Amino acid sequence: MENNSKNNLLISSSPHIFSNLSVQKIMWNVAIALLPAVLVSLWLFRIKALMLIIVCVLTSIIAEVLFLKLRKKTISISDGSAVVTGLLLAMVLPPSIPLSLAALGAVVSIVIGKQVYGGIGQNIFNPALVGRAFLMAAFPAMMTKWINPFSLDAVTTATPLGLFKFSHTFVSLKELFIGTVPGSLGETSVLALVIGGIYLFSKGYADWRPSVAIFVGITLFSSILYIIDSGFGSPLFHLLSGGVVLGSLFMATDPVTSPVTSKGKWIFGIGIGIIIMVIRIWGGLPEGVMYSILLMNAFTPSINKICRPKRFGT
Amino acid sequence: MSDESSLRFEFIKGIWHENPVLRQLLGMCPTLAVTTTALNGFTMGVATSFVLFSSSIVVSLLRKVIPQQIRIPVYTIIIATFVTIADLFLAAEFPELSKALGPYVPLIVVNCIILGRQEIFSSKNPVYKSVVDALGMGSGFILTLVILGSVREILGTGSFFNIILFDNFQKWVIMALPAGAFISLGFFVALVNFVSKKQATGYK
Repeated sequence: MENNSKNNLLISSSPHIFSNLSVQKIMWNVAIALLPAVLVSLWLFRIKALMLIIVCVLTSIIAEVLFLKLRKKTISISDGSAVVTGLLLAMVLPPSIPLSLAALGAVVSIVIGKQVYGGIGQNIFNPALVGRAFLMAAFPAMMTKWINPFSLDAVTTATPLGLFKFSHTFVSLKELFIGTVPGSLGETSVLALVIGGIYLFSKGYADWRPSVAIFVGITLFSSILYIIDSGFGSPLFHLLSGGVVLGSLFMATDPVTSPVTSKGKWIFGIGIGIIIMVIRIWGGLPEGVMYSILLMNAFTPSINKICRPKRFGT
Repeated sequence: MSDESSLRFEFIKGIWHENPVLRQLLGMCPTLAVTTTALNGFTMGVATSFVLFSSSIVVSLLRKVIPQQIRIPVYTIIIATFVTIADLFLAAEFPELSKALGPYVPLIVVNCIILGRQEIFSSKNPVYKSVVDALGMGSGFILTLVILGSVREILGTGSFFNIILFDNFQKWVIMALPAGAFISLGFFVALVNFVSKKQATGYK
């Protein structure tokens, strides 16, 4: 030992190669990548979006600090994971939801979604989606009440997918792309989300495979249905509507809850895409991104098992 | 240990150290299924405790007569007898409650708490001890079910023992669903583990 320190040699076990990525760096960059979608949500839903984002982020941070204090662990707010969870939760909530329920969702996200499993890196399910699933099961009426963009009045309306499912009408693709449609805060504008996604992928903060796999899964499945009957909606409609882009770019790419290997990521993504389409076409709900991601999260350990790379030399 | 204090121990252990639900994790099926309201939980707890209490006495009385090889079928018949009594009594006197509990009253027959106590305790101990053990376990079961049921009823419907607590309460529908049962049970088990861990380190 003494000898080594004299020669400035460091002895350690593998791994010996380090990337310059850290949890902190990835998390804050995910937050940056969400910025365009946040700005669009502020433009569309004004004060409601602002309040919702502030409440979700603050409650997430407070819940994380309190829980870590309770468990007597080091407080790691600066890694940004609580901020990202809060931000993502706000992005998937309907703008008209009461703030107290949003706060409850944030607490569930952090405590049940993440901390009870042992904290960051240990959770099975995407925390923000756990929070949303809880709210969806607890307050179904509040979670399916939508308002039009630019209007602060509480006139309820239907999302593009709701219109498709229950009255078989389609919203124009241009509106879906720009995002001037009713929906959750951050899911409406495909344009803003894609800008953020390109930033994440080009800098290497997220793996593009699960996202692309979801798009492939949806395109394949909906193309087949579209050929059979155009009433099922075009592949482009299914890609641009609902939470597909938000879910695939920001939630399916979560390194904790998605498979490790490239092959696993493809299986994971295509599985999500197919389940989304099955729920949308045959399910009782108009949208299925949340449940399909959570379902495939549950399969992630099994996917990791079957996609284990062969050891060199065996 | 004197006789009286050992009896006290047999009683208390059912409520805390060996609480059938929170420590032994037995009888999960009724625990998760019928605790939608405090009253349902209470009825289920009382019905189960009655069966446990009565069959413990009978098994303990017959413990020297029952042949080892066929003891489980014999226990089952004894338990089934009392379950039938409980089931018919509930159906006759409280038809609404009986309907709310559905198949879970007849299913007390296969409740592992009861069969477990016969196998572990009543078949090896005199009647007076078995009675205390059954009372302790029964109380632990009732207490847990009532607490779980109360939490789920208050959050899920805003009432407590069917008395409305808050007007305009935003109901947490999930708490009336099975998912709410799992979430609240999980928190209770965690809480009990946390407290007993504290107790254990406190004794050192």
